Amino acid sequence: MNLEEYSGVWVFIEEKNGEIAPVSLELLGAGRRLADKRDCKLSGILIGNNISHHAATVFEYGADTIYVYDQPIFNDYRTESYMKALLHCCEKYKPEIILYGATSTGKDLASAVATDLPTGLTADTTELDVEEDTGLLLASRPAFGGNIMATILCKKYRPQMATVRPKVMKALPPEIGRTGTLIREQILLNESDIRTKVLEIVTDTTKKVRIDEADIIVAGGKGLGSAEGFQLVHLLAETLGGAVGASRDVVEAGWIEHHHQVGQTGVTVTPKIYFAIGVSGAIQHLVGMRNSSLIIAINKDPEAAIFEACHYGIVGDAFEIVPLLVEQFKKSMAGEEVKHGGKV
Amino acid sequence: MLHIVACIKQVPDTKIIKMNPKTNTMDRASAPAILNPYDEHAVEEAVRIRERYGGTVSVLTMGPPPAVKAIKKCIAIGADEGYMISDRKFAGADTLATSYALTKALEKISQIKPVDLVICGKMTIDGDTGQVGPGIARRLDIPPLTSVKKVEEVNKQDGYVIVHRKIEDGHEVIQSSLPCLLSVEKEINEVPYASFPNMLKATRYDPHIWSVDDLEDVDIKQLGLKGSPTIVAKVWAPPKPEGGKVLEGNPAEKVEQLISVLLERKELFEGRGRA
Repeated sequence: MNLEEYSGVWVFIEEKNGEIAPVSLELLGAGRRLADKRDCKLSGILIGNNISHHAATVFEYGADTIYVYDQPIFNDYRTESYMKALLHCCEKYKPEIILYGATSTGKDLASAVATDLPTGLTADTTELDVEEDTGLLLASRPAFGGNIMATILCKKYRPQMATVRPKVMKALPPEIGRTGTLIREQILLNESDIRTKVLEIVTDTTKKVRIDEADIIVAGGKGLGSAEGFQLVHLLAETLGGAVGASRDVVEAGWIEHHHQVGQTGVTVTPKIYFAIGVSGAIQHLVGMRNSSLIIAINKDPEAAIFEACHYGIVGDAFEIVPLLVEQFKKSMAGEEVKHGGKV
Repeated sequence: MLHIVACIKQVPDTKIIKMNPKTNTMDRASAPAILNPYDEHAVEEAVRIRERYGGTVSVLTMGPPPAVKAIKKCIAIGADEGYMISDRKFAGADTLATSYALTKALEKISQIKPVDLVICGKMTIDGDTGQVGPGIARRLDIPPLTSVKKVEEVNKQDGYVIVHRKIEDGHEVIQSSLPCLLSVEKEINEVPYASFPNMLKATRYDPHIWSVDDLEDVDIKQLGLKGSPTIVAKVWAPPKPEGGKVLEGNPAEKVEQLISVLLERKELFEGRGRA
């Protein structure tokens, strides 16, 4: 393989329900930085049905070029059809780097594409850099269950690929009117070539507050001792009007469902306030919440790593502190309403 | 009759493993080797499908000789047969080389008994990638179905499955032709305690163990470290963040200080705090 033939940074643009996934815009921000360092082009690759109009947005967020596969067969995301489009594009234009959001779609697609190319793929990356002269992608992620960070390289194969955690990279502010080159591509693909079919898409409306969209998150860890103890987290979340989060241990112990899990193997969150109660602060958890605006930790163990990652810490027994906090909070809010002439 | 193969891995329990702070490597002796928790669900789902439709459940792993223990655990869950590929030539494999080796083993298993369905756990807790399952599917040229949280129907006669695939805000109902590969979420099932007869069977069970030479058409260059495009260049402990302000005083005083911090952002709590 002649590595010199490969150039440019690509971002897979994920589109769903008529919108570009936020992680794709974040990756255009990260990709722009890599492309500038390499002095090469940043491109988006967009696959779907009636999606060409998104090109304008992709340019505004930093892309120089966009490759568009706009065909009815791409109406639903399916591994085999999307993979074929991507492989076609890779073969024709030979990118040096491809980034995907670490979403269910991005991870599914990247794994398939990596095998067929073949090339190396780093999963769930949280830090990205590139060597200016060699173009070597430095993709870092928490490893070994999140106990440590590792930098993964793919020296001899191109393109180099990584899936990147949502909400870790920053999108650039859109530059209105910024434009670029739109390249239309298509592949010959019949419905009978595709062995899967999406029969139905069911949107779950039962979840009260989606944890990745909440302004306030109250998260609990193994320090709460039991499923009963974890109720304390629900109590505080309810009082503050927040969503409930959990550490990996708690989910694995079965105290709460997986969609509440914050961290490397759960959801990445950036709320305005994040409470970590009885959470020790393993790297795997920290990477999922460290960009929160205000982090408050409550833990019995003064040595817990979470105290190094928080803005305010209380060393103490959650079973004493949290009920006091709930009570005081209710009192203060009632007081605020009186002050402002509201009803009590 | 259906033949379902679950791919499994023995992993160090990363929840309790200690890191060597000097070398930043895992101190494997500090944690027991367990069956990857996600794979328990893969095996359990295979067993449930067999219970519904009949057939055989095999498990396959790649690993050093002690990984036999993980196969025995699968037999205890209810698997019928266990296969293991074990060879120094497999060592140091990344996800691409791992999927290659497992595919070669699956091809051999298929010669013994054609495979209809391959099931993997969502990911392993030591690698955390979820890439091996889809990799196997591509190499076998069968559809990969990831993030599966429910198997609605398996119809061997008409050659299809219907599964629910978890997505960010709900799920998709997908039909796929058979054979195919599923990688399953934890929530797909609960793994009950092993039955006594299965436990007994597990203690007596000896898996089929193959080396590279037992597999056919193997391109040695695609195995192990040599066949792995990715390398871990360095491991490092992230710089410790500065740390915040630890609130002092008795519990009531601590809470009081915290309340004033919260009230600085009281617009977030509009209409909250009422009993």
